Amino acid sequence: MAVCVAVIAKENYPLYIRSIPTENELKFHYMVHTSLDVVDEKISAMGKALVDQRELYLGLLYPTEDYKVYPSYQLCRYGYVTNSKVKFVMVVDSSNTALRDNEIRSMFRKLHNSYTDVMCNPFYNPGDRIHSRAFDSMVTSMMIQVC
Amino acid sequence: MADAALFEFLHTEMVAELWAHHSDPGPGGAAPASHLGPATFSLRRAAPPCIHCPGISDVPSLGLQHSGSSGHPKEIRASRLPSGHTISTCRHVDRHQGQKMSLSVLEGMGFRVGQALGERLPQETLAFREELDVLKFLCKDLWVAVFQKQMDSLRTNHQGTYVLQDNSFPLLIRMAAGLQYLEEAPKFLAFTCGLLRGALSTLGIKSLVTASVASLPTCKFQVVIQKT
Repeated sequence: MAVCVAVIAKENYPLYIRSIPTENELKFHYMVHTSLDVVDEKISAMGKALVDQRELYLGLLYPTEDYKVYPSYQLCRYGYVTNSKVKFVMVVDSSNTALRDNEIRSMFRKLHNSYTDVMCNPFYNPGDRIHSRAFDSMVTSMMIQVC
Repeated sequence: MADAALFEFLHTEMVAELWAHHSDPGPGGAAPASHLGPATFSLRRAAPPCIHCPGISDVPSLGLQHSGSSGHPKEIRASRLPSGHTISTCRHVDRHQGQKMSLSVLEGMGFRVGQALGERLPQETLAFREELDVLKFLCKDLWVAVFQKQMDSLRTNHQGTYVLQDNSFPLLIRMAAGLQYLEEAPKFLAFTCGLLRGALSTLGIKSLVTASVASLPTCKFQVVIQKT
């Protein structure tokens, strides 16, 4: 179950960031911010190494850490970069069930599709914060579903 | 793309609407051209306030309500509008400015559409490794998606300039081949230039795109990468 979802623009400012539960929001914002460094590192590392295929999915960014305040979660951070250098960072609570890689990938694919739909909306100016209700409801469905 | 014929038709309509206020007004004074539907194209950012007729109050639309705002410089017309004198002096000077504005409006619309396409089309393909890959994507995938054919040739000087040549550009193919409509051709290419620039900008490349026509329907798009 995703605990926090963030969409970061190419210039590293957030286009959309949402987390549940809402009381410790700042901690999640901070986690996403620190993950950005790891994301950048992975992108540049892929550029230098002569990899034949460059993947959009970046995988686990940090080793899992325990959330020390009640209730205790086990939080993992995953990253994904689109061709337009827009980054998606997801913080997932894996204390209940271990989420498989495939499920994370499919969640990112859904995010990417919804983000593309937002981009295609002619009333949306690229670079603005995302206020789309369709996007919100897609993210809600990812956060509430019990994997 | 959903429907090529529909796209070509809409594009022609769009060019015609934007150019309507450049044609000579009819005997009764020109009726304002009808507005384009905002649902299809993003008009919000592409609509600068009209600057070329100081005698008339500014209308924050595409300048479509300025009847008789410009005409052919060689014709002398008696203006029948209330502020007649002001308008007839404006005309000669600002015809080119008005045309340039329409071209930039078209280019701006193409830019926004290009940004969206640049996000949607490479969705499943993997990240591009270098500039040439991006240009090849433009020539193949983007052109096929929009015009159902590939670009005919791509040339580069390896220093940031690329020339894309299309020997039978679908938006020009409806016009007589050869040199007859050479003057009218640029307005039909403005949207596509914006399209290329928008797609490049989403993929992280700042560029300047210009188009040139030697003889219809062959046209060349020149892409110059801006190094920051």
